[in-house]
Amino acid sequence: MPQPVYLDHNATTPLAPAVLAGMLPWLESRFGNASSRHEYGRAARQAIDEARQRVAAAVNAHPTEVVFTSGGSETNNLFLKGAAATMKPGLLAVSAIEHPCVLKPAAQLARQGWAVRQIGVNGSGAVDLSDYAEVLADKPKLISIMTVNNETGVIQEIAALADAAKKTGAWFHSDAAQALGKLTIDFRVLNAAGVHALTLSAHKANGPKGAAALVLDKRVELQPLIAGGGHEGGLRSGTENVPAIVGFGIAAELAAQRVAELPVRMKMMQAKMETGLRALGAQIFAADARRLPNTSYFAFPDIDGETLVGKLDRAGFAVASGAACSSANPEPSHVLRAMGVAPEIARGAVRVSLGPENTEVDIDHFINALQVTVGRLQGLTALAV
Amino acid sequence: MKLPIYLDYSATTPVDPRVAEKMIPYLCEHFGNPASRSHSFGWVADAAVEEAREQVAALVGADPKEIVWTSGATESNNLAIKGAANFYAGTKGKHIITVKTEHKAVLDTVREMERQGFEATYLDVKEDGLLDLEVFKAAIRPDTVLASVMYVNNEVGVIQPIAELGEICREKGVIFHVDAAQATGKVDIDLNKLKVDLMSFSAHKTYGPKGIGALYVRRKPRVRLEAQMHGGGHERGFRSGTLATHQIVGMGEAFRIAKEEMAEENVRVGKLRDKLLKGLQDIEETFVNGDLTQRVAHNLNISFAYVEGESMIMAIKDLAVSSGSACTSASLEPSYVLRALGRDDELAHSSIRFSIGRFTTEEEIDYAINLLHTKVGKLRELSPLWEMFKDGVDLTTVQWAAH
Repeated sequence: MPQPVYLDHNATTPLAPAVLAGMLPWLESRFGNASSRHEYGRAARQAIDEARQRVAAAVNAHPTEVVFTSGGSETNNLFLKGAAATMKPGLLAVSAIEHPCVLKPAAQLARQGWAVRQIGVNGSGAVDLSDYAEVLADKPKLISIMTVNNETGVIQEIAALADAAKKTGAWFHSDAAQALGKLTIDFRVLNAAGVHALTLSAHKANGPKGAAALVLDKRVELQPLIAGGGHEGGLRSGTENVPAIVGFGIAAELAAQRVAELPVRMKMMQAKMETGLRALGAQIFAADARRLPNTSYFAFPDIDGETLVGKLDRAGFAVASGAACSSANPEPSHVLRAMGVAPEIARGAVRVSLGPENTEVDIDHFINALQVTVGRLQGLTALAV
Repeated sequence: MKLPIYLDYSATTPVDPRVAEKMIPYLCEHFGNPASRSHSFGWVADAAVEEAREQVAALVGADPKEIVWTSGATESNNLAIKGAANFYAGTKGKHIITVKTEHKAVLDTVREMERQGFEATYLDVKEDGLLDLEVFKAAIRPDTVLASVMYVNNEVGVIQPIAELGEICREKGVIFHVDAAQATGKVDIDLNKLKVDLMSFSAHKTYGPKGIGALYVRRKPRVRLEAQMHGGGHERGFRSGTLATHQIVGMGEAFRIAKEEMAEENVRVGKLRDKLLKGLQDIEETFVNGDLTQRVAHNLNISFAYVEGESMIMAIKDLAVSSGSACTSASLEPSYVLRALGRDDELAHSSIRFSIGRFTTEEEIDYAINLLHTKVGKLRELSPLWEMFKDGVDLTTVQWAAH
């Protein structure tokens, strides 16, 4: 049986061949602990320094602003809990469509005396500006709004949102895990606008799982989440995962290169995909919003999303019915709920997320398979009625 | 023979080629997110994660459901100590016991708990590096919530009496955490028998990859934890974050190999260590740090008196060894572990940790012995202290004039 067509790049991505080639020596012959002072250790330290420069360059940050961690979830936890630990409890504002690894730490801080406000979004999945203005009037101390939503692909106007928050004096963080390689990220520009921290993740951008980074304005004081040894400038202890960090460096460099040309090709594929989806009667979420060119999030009336993705898997297409982390959770997506989508429609949600290796032929095949599958399921639904 | 010779297996180990071979498919074609429930990419990754969980559990006599993946032993130690102390503080109290020779990952975490209002007792060890059971017993208070003692010390390789400590803790109702980062593949660990509640593991000290570790969390009697990383609810809520499949697969394979080969390997490594010990004991005024019987076969920590530590490191560049633990070797402070064993600063500074492993050869040990004989001799020829010692001057009675 041929390998299924992978259309779930917002969950995770395949490793770029150059990334794998770059990582392998650090698993095998060049295995030193970067804290060791001998040749093996010094080589590992140098590799980490180079990777730090690559990641920094990919997002136009300074290498000293890059803190390596084990993943995007850890990074978001580090920023939120780490910053909160240095302050007296106050107001924390997060958008209602954040990933659980922002919402859950926020809930945790609420138990520790913080007031947490969720900033609403409009029907297109973009931050509701009047709700945001109201939240800002209450002077939050910490704000976290994702650059790109993992389910809808909707892009927030982070620079403008951060700029509006400047007068509050809050630290402004943005989870950019879904943005690397799909959008140009310029930390200097964002930082000037008032963004103080960004979360990046390697495995969402053809890098390995197990490496991520917090890009951090050095004025922000953080308490580490993991103590012991004082690695990463005291912000994140633990022996560095050298192969993954090296892989992240290469992936970040490739990601920055490809945002120059990839979106054009991707947009054409997205247009083709969504023309096909509409022709089959799908409702596309956030269709009119500024969105990533790789993400299409849709539902068919009266077709359960879980059922549909199951059938599509058997037809050879890997797609998602929601965010991977909560895929075990039968609740309709909190993102769609926040956008005001009715629960019965939200239960039908299916996400297709393309990657650089997908082709127009993949899309033709996918639409054909979808047509057959949806036809059968609608037939069943009709019989049931 | 490749130079420098790697004798620093306690800092990190190379990934065994068999481990790397098993990892690579999970970096390439099987790249799925194990949390993806809707397609085969996710299922394949998830099945590999669960197989690895069984392999890790099998090495230590645990149930796979008791294994929680983390990014490494440092995170495991943080999760165990903060997670259990915070969960049980309300019912048991806010006193923590640990030992002065623990790894920084434990000591720094306990210090942080002190800043958050906990009280801590840092126990001394005996001159041999081992914990005195009576001293431990005496430190337990009615409000002691947790004790954290490492299985095998990273610098001197001594094995603490974990079984006995576990009995004491269970009897007194104290949660018992053990940092076993240096123990896997070197000591038989059977959590069916040991009364340990929480145990930290690392892959990269046992020929697995960096960036992956695990925490054992006992189910019978059940131990509960406050999670330290919140999000998608991975690892039954103990630790959120996308699982790094290839690293987990690597840890599983590394622990499978350890289970299969450790008995034989420990004999081979022990012979090499004893050869090194014998070869170095021929040098005058050398002192072994830590007990030689209650000790893993891989470790030899020796002080060379009248040799200045930094010159020594420079002189034996052909050997990749460690003076003090890797994590603190960037500082010029003498090792706090050796000081806890009662070594003075001079001797602590002149100590070298040799750690031997799977790929060490007899030829490499011979080379190391010869090199040390030559270099220690040369350095001592240059040392006025050595000359005074040879002249019979008792250096402890010398009054040094300030300049």
